[in-house]
Amino acid sequence: MARVHISIDRLRGRPRARSSRAADGAGETCPKCGTHFRGEELVRNARVCTSCGHHFPASAHQRLDALADRGEWIEPWTELRASDPLRFRDLEPYTSRVAKAEAKSDGSGEAMAIAQLEIHGQPAIAAAMDFGFLGGSMGSVVGEKLVRASERAAESGLPLVVITASGGARMQEGILALMQMARTVVAYEAMADAHLPVVVVLGNPTTGGVWASFAALGDVTYAEPGALIAFSGPRVIEQTTRERLPEDFGLAETQLANGQIDAVVDRRELPERIGRVLAILERPRGLEAPPAFVWAQERAAWAAQTLPTLPKRLAMRIRGDGAEG
Amino acid sequence: MTARRGRRFVRRLTDRISPRRAVEHDTTWQTIQLVRHPERPYTLDYIARLFSDFEELHGDRSHSDDPAIVAGLARYGRGAVAVIGHQKGRDAQDRVFRSFGMPGPEGYRKGMRVMEIAGRLSLPVITLIDTPGAFPGAEAEQRGQGVAIAASMRAMLRLDVPVVSVVVGEGSSGGALALGVADRVLMLENSTYSVISPEGGAAILWRDAAKAPLAAAAFKPTAANCFRWGVADAVVPEPAGGAHADHDEAARLLDGYLRRALRDLAALEPAERRRQRRERYRRIGAHREVASGDRASMITPRPRGDAAAASNE
Repeated sequence: MARVHISIDRLRGRPRARSSRAADGAGETCPKCGTHFRGEELVRNARVCTSCGHHFPASAHQRLDALADRGEWIEPWTELRASDPLRFRDLEPYTSRVAKAEAKSDGSGEAMAIAQLEIHGQPAIAAAMDFGFLGGSMGSVVGEKLVRASERAAESGLPLVVITASGGARMQEGILALMQMARTVVAYEAMADAHLPVVVVLGNPTTGGVWASFAALGDVTYAEPGALIAFSGPRVIEQTTRERLPEDFGLAETQLANGQIDAVVDRRELPERIGRVLAILERPRGLEAPPAFVWAQERAAWAAQTLPTLPKRLAMRIRGDGAEG
Repeated sequence: MTARRGRRFVRRLTDRISPRRAVEHDTTWQTIQLVRHPERPYTLDYIARLFSDFEELHGDRSHSDDPAIVAGLARYGRGAVAVIGHQKGRDAQDRVFRSFGMPGPEGYRKGMRVMEIAGRLSLPVITLIDTPGAFPGAEAEQRGQGVAIAASMRAMLRLDVPVVSVVVGEGSSGGALALGVADRVLMLENSTYSVISPEGGAAILWRDAAKAPLAAAAFKPTAANCFRWGVADAVVPEPAGGAHADHDEAARLLDGYLRRALRDLAALEPAERRRQRRERYRRIGAHREVASGDRASMITPRPRGDAAAASNE
């Protein structure tokens, strides 16, 4: 089933407040310049420090909020959950790790959220990872969601935008987690068959099996400033080979110089930048399936169910917004 | 703090007294010892025994030649094949030369170069997997380790020719899977296939590399388990005691399975083979679905404390 993310606060003319994690009141301090932020200040700035530009970690939902026009997007497949094929336990059973992560997550239920949205006027399907959910690790659900997202994008004639933030494959799912690398590569094949583009944004961090699979195969690849991008993280390298690593090892800026990515882009500028590249690649829409079809359908279903329960004036404004449905 | 220590202590005790877990843990660790036996046959040992002739090709045509991967053209039965595999060294000097079987991006790019030749000349591709993982190092990262592994998987996925992968030794992490996207995946009886080496997993999850035997049991990397989960299509028997006991016999046993797999695949149309290969990896994994009533509110409710804060503005 799908959830609709819509900024009610914006409709009411108030600043948006949706992230349960960031809204704890105590606020956050920039680790780089020491600027203190309270309440919604950071979220309103896409969780980027207003004075030094430091990129704070962001959840999948915060990333999608910042990416989507009007902060509105529809999230399908929130019913997918990890299973425990290995009956794995390390210092703690895998099932309890998942349950804890789910309890404090935004409600996507896993380390990846899918969205149907518009980016700077360009309709698209997006997949965003949540580093807060078990280190953004890739298990079977991440693979399943990316396959579904790619296939839906391909069917609807829409581009796919992928935002990563992950330590790599989820070890607790063992060999099946490793296989998700191959699975996500297969996912993109649907896009390739439909001659549709994939834009990848590498968040901090993007390492291990995620970097070495779908994160590395975008047609256009951006990275957020200061993001660590590597197959082997600095700790693994130093432990295995005792190699002394330079300070700037694996950073987005270094990987740009290495020729591994196309550009380093500030999170606040992502919607415009991605929107622009999608506009360049936009194809004339002839007899193909109308791209807004699925969006409209789900939006209509949502409206039928929810609008009667809302205050009248609010419902009218939402109806007005949803004119294309 | 003390509670955690207490729990850990109890767990250690239960690990010791629970017979089932202890047995499982021991046999997996025995497999790990077998697969790392210094006399275990490596890729070139199998190549010498399986194929009547082999011409090794070198270099990725852009940077260098990576000895941790061998690739080339071989005569197999009445036809030709392309062979790509990880290569470990036998003695101390050779081990360093082969980077302990840990390839850099040049190795995978050499592999892709040979795959391209195979696709063009209609040669079935056989890959032999035996690596503790891709090489971890700053230079490998600089030259695109991540991109090389991802591209190698995609190249295998797109091949028109039959592709068979054999895990002959340890298959660890993306460094192994980069050569493992195939129509048929065979695993030798004592080989292992895992998301990470037991030591690596123990260091991260148990914060203690010495817990490797425990991690090995938890990851369940054995051929039998991989077969059960559909990761491997067949388990190839090894000579009594393990492949190290008799290289010729190990190669002979593998030969039968390899020919069978290639014969089956030759019967399929190229497009159908590619479709099935894609479908195999499109489905791999295990998840569940919760009832859709879960968190039913379609509009995320505003947190309470926050509503108060907003009204202050």
